Amino acid sequence: MRIGLDIGSTTIKAVVLDADNNIVFSRYQRHRSQIAMLCEVLLHAIQAEFPGERFTLGISGSAGMGLAEELGIDFLQEVYATRVALKHMVPDADAAIELGGEDAKILFLTGAGGLEVRMNGTCAGGTGAFIDQMATLMDVPVEQLEALSEAHERTYTIASRCGVFAKSDIQPLLNQGARKEDIARSIFEAVASQTIAGLAQGREIAGEVVYLGGPLTFFPELRDCFDKALGIEGIHPEDSLFSVAMGAALQAEGEADIDALIPRIRSRAGAARYAACPALFDSELEYESFKARHARARVETLSRPGYAGKVYVGIDAGSTTIKAVVIDESLNLLKTAYLSNKGNPIPAVRRFLMEFYRESPDAVIAGAGSTGYGEALVRAAFRLDGGVVETVAHFIAARQLQPDVDFIIDIGGQDIKCFKIRDHAIDDIFLNEACSSGCGSFIQTFAATWGLPVDEFARRGLLARHPVDLGSRCTVFMNSSVKQAQKDGATLEDISAGLSISIVKNALYKVIRTASASELGDHIVVQGGTFLNDAVLRAFEREIGKDVVRPNIAGLMGAYGVAVWSARNVRGGQSGILTREELERFTQKTASARCQGCQNHCQLSIITFDSGRADDPSGKAAPRRFVSGNRCERMTGGGKAELPNLYEEKRRMLRALPEGENRRGRIGIPMGLNMYELYPFWHALFTKLGFQVVQSPESDHALYARGQRTIPSDTACYPAKLMHGHIEWLLGQGVDAVFYPCMSYNFDEHRGDNHFNCPVVAYYPEVLRLNVPGLRATKFISDYVGIHRPKDFERKFPKILARYFPGIPKAEVRQAVRAAYAAYDDHMAAVRRRGMEILEDCRAKGIPVILLCGRPYHIDPEISHGIDRQITQLGAAVVTEDAVNLQERRFHVNVLNQWTYHSRLYSAAQYVVDRGDPGVNLVQLVSFGCGVDAITTDEVRRILQQGKRLYTQLKIDEITNPGAVLIRLRSLFAALEEENK
Amino acid sequence: MENRIEFTREMRDSYTILMPNMLPVHLKLVKDVFALHGYNMVLLDNEGPAVVEAGLKYVHNDTCYPALLVIGQFINALQSGKYDPHRTALIITQTGGGCRASNYIHLLRKALVKAHLEYVPVISLNPAGLEKNSGFQPSYTVILQAMLMILYADVLMCLKNQVEPYEDNRGDCARLVDDWADRLTRQFQRHPLASALGFRKNVRRMARDFDAVPYTAQDRIKVGIVGEIYVKYSHMANNHLEQFLLEQGCEVNVPGLMGFLLNALDHSIDDVNLYGGNRLRQLGAKLLMAYAVHVEKAIARAVRSASRLAPPPPYDVTRRELGGVLGVGCKMGEGWLLTAEMCELIDSGVPNIVCVQPFGCLPNHIAGKGTIRALREKHPEANIVPIDYDPGATRVNQENRLKLMLSVAREQRAGATP
Repeated sequence: MRIGLDIGSTTIKAVVLDADNNIVFSRYQRHRSQIAMLCEVLLHAIQAEFPGERFTLGISGSAGMGLAEELGIDFLQEVYATRVALKHMVPDADAAIELGGEDAKILFLTGAGGLEVRMNGTCAGGTGAFIDQMATLMDVPVEQLEALSEAHERTYTIASRCGVFAKSDIQPLLNQGARKEDIARSIFEAVASQTIAGLAQGREIAGEVVYLGGPLTFFPELRDCFDKALGIEGIHPEDSLFSVAMGAALQAEGEADIDALIPRIRSRAGAARYAACPALFDSELEYESFKARHARARVETLSRPGYAGKVYVGIDAGSTTIKAVVIDESLNLLKTAYLSNKGNPIPAVRRFLMEFYRESPDAVIAGAGSTGYGEALVRAAFRLDGGVVETVAHFIAARQLQPDVDFIIDIGGQDIKCFKIRDHAIDDIFLNEACSSGCGSFIQTFAATWGLPVDEFARRGLLARHPVDLGSRCTVFMNSSVKQAQKDGATLEDISAGLSISIVKNALYKVIRTASASELGDHIVVQGGTFLNDAVLRAFEREIGKDVVRPNIAGLMGAYGVAVWSARNVRGGQSGILTREELERFTQKTASARCQGCQNHCQLSIITFDSGRADDPSGKAAPRRFVSGNRCERMTGGGKAELPNLYEEKRRMLRALPEGENRRGRIGIPMGLNMYELYPFWHALFTKLGFQVVQSPESDHALYARGQRTIPSDTACYPAKLMHGHIEWLLGQGVDAVFYPCMSYNFDEHRGDNHFNCPVVAYYPEVLRLNVPGLRATKFISDYVGIHRPKDFERKFPKILARYFPGIPKAEVRQAVRAAYAAYDDHMAAVRRRGMEILEDCRAKGIPVILLCGRPYHIDPEISHGIDRQITQLGAAVVTEDAVNLQERRFHVNVLNQWTYHSRLYSAAQYVVDRGDPGVNLVQLVSFGCGVDAITTDEVRRILQQGKRLYTQLKIDEITNPGAVLIRLRSLFAALEEENK
Repeated sequence: MENRIEFTREMRDSYTILMPNMLPVHLKLVKDVFALHGYNMVLLDNEGPAVVEAGLKYVHNDTCYPALLVIGQFINALQSGKYDPHRTALIITQTGGGCRASNYIHLLRKALVKAHLEYVPVISLNPAGLEKNSGFQPSYTVILQAMLMILYADVLMCLKNQVEPYEDNRGDCARLVDDWADRLTRQFQRHPLASALGFRKNVRRMARDFDAVPYTAQDRIKVGIVGEIYVKYSHMANNHLEQFLLEQGCEVNVPGLMGFLLNALDHSIDDVNLYGGNRLRQLGAKLLMAYAVHVEKAIARAVRSASRLAPPPPYDVTRRELGGVLGVGCKMGEGWLLTAEMCELIDSGVPNIVCVQPFGCLPNHIAGKGTIRALREKHPEANIVPIDYDPGATRVNQENRLKLMLSVAREQRAGATP
């Protein structure tokens, strides 16, 4: 008989085949990293089931390689094993999609491209682990996702590229009260789209498609999402869970002596060979003295039953937990609570408030406020008096405990906030935006993998002897590092300690990016629930080599801060918060709708809170509406007079250009990357020659989805990936040619050492030419052009054009080229003029201005996610970097200043410094995956800091969490306000 | 660069110059050349987690992996106590292209400041004369000798790769490489141009020597390695990829360094064709190119006449192989050369290719991953696996993908599906 073992990242699958290759035994089990033990158990079970049989044994699976090598057993690469099994199970299959715990694979078996296998590389997004993680986040058992999804009404767009981003999409949805049914379905859709986009990479999945692996077996809804996305009806064979194990069994050769193998498997469990860090504590004694030291930083909670004075309420509705406090007039704590969010903060807060009313019927709530992710929701639901941005709340609280505080680090469930305090104001804010690996929910997710509560899981790491060295990278990579450590025999204790250490390393080296502890400050206050974990606290002190202050209410600091803020800022002696009676009648209803305010058509969730009586005469308790899902306030009552926004104006300028008469043909131009700057140039050139210019529309997600399948490199930046959609759109217009040239060089603005484009902007047309099959049926003009040398370009361009449109008189083309330069100059001059106009106007009127710096293509609203409008709604005008960069002379920077677009960033930063106007501040937009910005961000920050100005950076991607963006912007505005005082 | 610490003439006599490791054989030979001319250079060999850790600590984490490793290796070495930081200088190349690699030197200086080592002078090694140092002004002899050494090293690497997997006595080829390295250095020592004049003779002897290594024919899968230059060559960066492939029963083919250098020269010629520019300077570059290709062809003839082994392909052959898959204007990073190398490997019977790059490598979005689809359409037998490297990528994942590529390779060779 043949045994096949498939040892995956989270499960073990075993099959036994009889002489006719029928499955006579199968077992599927989560291994919780107890691989060796489970293998032993399984082999024993097989022996017991088939006494006296002789076996061959084959091993496969991502965690099986080490074991197989050591035991000298045949190892079969798992994708290959799948292929072998498919030949047996579904001989006429054309393609197979297999999702596993941490792997996603597509096999192409037939077709022109021949046999091909694709598997996820360094990214584990869109896999079983991802689904598990999402279920944990939603606080539902993972099995229940199926039933939930079946009852969905609508779906949301969720970033699927990795769990981290998806999480930051789902969390706000949960906080804002979106239905779990809809989210469940959205998660499945995200998995399907990730798998297709990430792995198919342009190759069409068609014909007989087979679905394999755990997630696709357990979630028919997920199969449905794949069916819909691919427009097919896939096959799901009965033994699909065991395909890899079967492949391993089928390929196994040579008899294996099970009795001899078992002891060898057992002995292997002991040997630890992974890279380890020093233990957190050398002895139990050391831990005790550590505990004693931290016990000193206490804020007492006073128990004052029957208290009848004024009290203040603070609520911090965080991503995974809700923190609530009530304080008295002397700012002492009366009541605290640390509640689990469970996807909806409202019921928990309501319970807390009712409890307080019951316990202290005579107390007068004189002020109440909220902070955190759910700030607005909680505020609307309970009619609170106000709210502050989280950073400010934490600062207020920390200062209360340590007046000299100069550095605060708060590690919460899903976010890290750290900031420096300079001159009693928040100065330098670091938030984790693209990565949540340094956060509490990260450890929670891992704890759940082992089936342990998070505090128990963390505690077990405290005295681990050899903590796993996991380095400092994002969760997605961490998964595979843990996998590797498991393979090498790390225990749960070692992994737990290793995760705590990696959290700290992530916070220090990835978020704050410090090189030495002295940079942080002398009076460091650590807070946030994650620091209540002693292992994390210890690792932090070890890593920075300093003792820090951890208040005993570390997890409540945000709530405490906003309560203190209420005590100071709410006037009138009486809070507007719901009364006890109103709370009792409180109801909450959620409905969804599509906004019709603009072409974005945001999916809105409308929550109605009702706590009034029908006969309430005052009308004070009328139902309150809370709308979420909107990118702007236009339709939800923002209503303020619109402030100047150069992003919007630039968009309008580009759209206003007439498409021109069609005398010689129609030319399609994809609006993306450098076309956002050069469109006026090419537009003038072609319209002058009698071509009609067809401009692709503003990007949106549907447009992206249209081109997604031809993207060859899923780690390229979002602006580049969008180009595929623009090309597809243009192809649909039946244009005579698509024009998108390659350009190594950009215009020389004489502010840098060179004037390159970045490699992606320079050569993306090549990627399109090679990967978008539709382009072969049309003329695609992607030649290399050098517009930085006008005279040469004028000579060279007629020849290029003649290759596609012969017969146009050279002189005419040369004339058009000259017109193009003039049009470009006019356009840029208009942008610059308008920018200066806005700056002068706002100075006169005292309106703050944000220099929103990025690249020309960041004005695409799908790329910048309406951040420009968010800023104007916060009360500042928006100006672009290209409007001011020429105001500066060339100056020295500490990097090689060789890209035209990036050079503008340095100039703009210097402009902010030189202008010396406190009302003008810089915010930098950074596209995820932009390698060049790794260089520019540091330098822009340096220029501003040298000029004693604030630096704010917003990372943007396919999906951006508007909440995180808002925190930064509001923190910036709060800090500016503080500065003005 | 303002406030740059210059490497002065005085320093030249008393300082040790640290050189990052990328290609052990090539750089050892280059180092030896510099040593002959009075530069006290050390080729760094520190690697492992401490290097990565130092890189993560002092370099922006989103910068590419090579920058992280090169800078990590320097700082780790400076902090190791092995060298007196006050009597040590660093040398690093600066390509000046549109890739962010041109910024390594600035990132290195920033990292040095962060590590409180800002007084350590950094020498830029570049063809464009970007930064001047009075203590480091290599003469034409040095440059010529260094170029020759790179040519020799390419030949040695090429020959070794063909014989080593089959050698009967483990280590024969490695020893032969070492012997030749010593011999070449000694030749230059005796006479500045000895190795240049005896060029053909040397190459013929090398080929004969490798051909004479006792070996046993075996059926091995041929695998080519292309990609971002540092990750392609540096064992530290690619997790000892070559060794892994050898252990898996492969013969490894790694295109040489000379192609990369000539490619840079070639771009200056193409730029003028595409965008206009100084024709006279272009003519100079063309002459230089013609000479280099002439030398490479001589090498090829020498190797063929003296052995059964294949010589490194001359540059012009590689360029022709590109066959219009990419435009020749694509020049940042490895640019079209990377694609051309893949084409060449496929055409020379090596359809199995590992295309390596640092995670998020910008130019490789285009010349690497961007072209694989087109190459597969052109050559259905092409079996290319792109692999990303960075501090977080684990070996098990990379090896999994490599094994998959090898499974397909074995199946293709068997000519039938199982």
